[in-house]
Amino acid sequence: MNHSLVTEGLSKVFRLFLQGDVRIPVLDNVDFSVAPGECVALTGPSGAGKSTLMRCLYGNYGAGAGRILIRHRGAMVDLAAADPRLVREIRQETLGYVSQFLRVIPRIGARDIVAEPLRARGVPAEAAQARASELLTRLNLPARLHNLPPATFSGGEQQRINLARGFAADYPVLLLDEPTASLDPVNRQVVVALMAEAKARGAALIGIFHDTEIRDQVADRLFEVLPIQDAA
Amino acid sequence: MSGYNFAYLDESTKRMIRRAILKAVAIPGHQVPFGSREMPLPYGWGTGGIQVTAAILGPADVLKVIDQGSDDTTNAVSIRAFFRRTAGIATTESTAEASIIQTRHRIPERALREDQILVYQVPIPEPLGRLEPRIAETRRMHAMADYGLMHVKLYEDIARHGHIATSYSYPVMVNGRYLMSPSPIPAFDNPKMDRMPALQLFGAGREKRIYAVPPYTSVKSLDFDDHPFRPIRAPHACELCGSRDTYLDEVLTDDVGGRIFVCSDTDFCAERQAMKEAAE
Amino acid sequence: MNAPLLTARDLTLRFGRIAALDGVDLEIHPGEVVAIVGESGSGKTTLLRVLSGLMRPDGGEVSYLGQDVLGMSEAARRRLMRTEWGFVHQNPRDGLRMAVSAGGNIGERLMATGARHYGNIREQASHWLTRVEIDPARMDEVPAKFSGGMQQRLQIARTLVTLPKLVFMDEPTGGLDVSVQARLLDLIRALVADLGLAVLIVTHDIAAARLLAHRMLVMRHGVVVESGLTDRVLDDPQHPYTQLLVSSVLAA
Repeated sequence: MNHSLVTEGLSKVFRLFLQGDVRIPVLDNVDFSVAPGECVALTGPSGAGKSTLMRCLYGNYGAGAGRILIRHRGAMVDLAAADPRLVREIRQETLGYVSQFLRVIPRIGARDIVAEPLRARGVPAEAAQARASELLTRLNLPARLHNLPPATFSGGEQQRINLARGFAADYPVLLLDEPTASLDPVNRQVVVALMAEAKARGAALIGIFHDTEIRDQVADRLFEVLPIQDAA
Repeated sequence: MSGYNFAYLDESTKRMIRRAILKAVAIPGHQVPFGSREMPLPYGWGTGGIQVTAAILGPADVLKVIDQGSDDTTNAVSIRAFFRRTAGIATTESTAEASIIQTRHRIPERALREDQILVYQVPIPEPLGRLEPRIAETRRMHAMADYGLMHVKLYEDIARHGHIATSYSYPVMVNGRYLMSPSPIPAFDNPKMDRMPALQLFGAGREKRIYAVPPYTSVKSLDFDDHPFRPIRAPHACELCGSRDTYLDEVLTDDVGGRIFVCSDTDFCAERQAMKEAAE
Repeated sequence: MNAPLLTARDLTLRFGRIAALDGVDLEIHPGEVVAIVGESGSGKTTLLRVLSGLMRPDGGEVSYLGQDVLGMSEAARRRLMRTEWGFVHQNPRDGLRMAVSAGGNIGERLMATGARHYGNIREQASHWLTRVEIDPARMDEVPAKFSGGMQQRLQIARTLVTLPKLVFMDEPTGGLDVSVQARLLDLIRALVADLGLAVLIVTHDIAAARLLAHRMLVMRHGVVVESGLTDRVLDDPQHPYTQLLVSSVLAA
């Protein structure tokens, strides 16, 4: 199969040493895959480990066991075993992540935050900023805000900046954690359109959507993450 | 002269100083430590220069001593008398006749020859001392030829005054390797050190250091490409001999602001005056 | 991928009965920012001093682009220190000449490497003052007149003027007010990204490490207990000490 991302036997157990070495298994033997141009929605009850899976896929959480194979520079690479510099390279070129909350960097304006992933790839400043402005405008963020650091922006505005940043770099694989949670209906539809365009250019999307209406608009397939019963 | 060894110092001390001098000549501009002796005059009066002179003096030598270019100041007169009495050698005020010239703060105007030696009295031998107070660190900087700091000093001069304001003890690079203080001679005299036919020896008594510039050695004043080194003199002619290319002293003539400029090198000035009179 | 700039293998150093470094391995690649975190006394500043050749370890190897750092002559090490390396001290007084003007401070490394054109040196000094957000009109003032934050920014300008490949930073925001720290961190972040510097930064400030570093080493009692991608070490810490360290700070 020509997948963009595949997990094989992915497991994750958290060990909390400060609580007397409690072990909390969250993912057990997850086999999951997503193809180019496909959008898979992670479903399951709250606390089942959807966000944990998402963070494992990004390399933010280390995988306890199993493999996370991602198509990077034309070959399948095991993200679970990649050294930090390879993870950085994969994140720069192949794998994007729209988290629920924007991590604000002091004094950096919205446009520069959005342009940053492109700049990191070596896109000239002007082109990167033009693309950033275009996306921010499309997400209905007024031009007067583009230069301002978003620390004081509303939750919805910050999320739109996060989304613009995620879509700016045309990643082949894009992870989206509740991308429409704090958006109004108009902007929700903009996000739906952006996701459709990403799929059309062959990107693989993996998302968590609370909003089932949105989910059904964009997802080609559902993947259920089940809670592990025999905890600790 | 009884009761003294020739030229005051005992022979083993002279040998020790000569060894230091030989090493200094072998490593131009490098400060060589030596066992500086107590001399019958205070530090600051030329104890380093006197010990160097005593170590190289022979019975046939003719000694000239100048202080700020002048043969007749107390310091110059005393040192000449000292060596006349302790070594019985001949002394002179004429630059041309001298085989050894001990100096404080000047280089004679008349070009020196291969058969002459110029001995400088040095109060502070370390050119980096004011910028880097740690002696161990200054030695390391010399060892590594790590001299950026000296240019920082000149940079600061230009930044503050618009030009390099250092007018004496102007730092030089010797033989392209060692940074050296030329002793407090005016910067005007610096170019005379470069490729001088005479051997130049420097003695610092209190600091116990000897250094040397062998004949025909390159001595370059530090500068910037866009602020080149310029030897500075008062823009006047000597009141006595009319010279326009020698270093001048300013002399107050009364208490209402009267002043004249005269050659600092008294021998050179006297010679020129004699020539002028003979011509008239 | 490309070869590491600096490699350290099995570094050990004891102060009497205390192990300051105990089998430390480390690599840093061009353009990589690596943070060494840990509480006071964990050995992180000692590690920085050993890696930069300021201190000899009891055992182990350090190499920079294939050169043996511990075996190199002092002349060679000093040459590196004023060209391809830089060191930013916690206290700007240790890294600046307090009696020399801001311009002279920046110009020193240039002059030490042969710059002899006053006008060009001034131009560079002015450019670097602007880059670290100090008004170039203050070029001729001595750093003693500057605030702590400005002094630290001046130290950074003085270090970066020769475009080093590798910069060692020892708690660069340590002595500063929180508001000033944020500005300095952001400035360092931007300069490091623009210039593609490799930086080895020692800090006990987890938030600073998250903002600046690509990769992180956690040290305790002279041992690297955990290392990896910065966000993974902070969000999914595997060692009890790292969990304690992360849980002791407010949302980093």
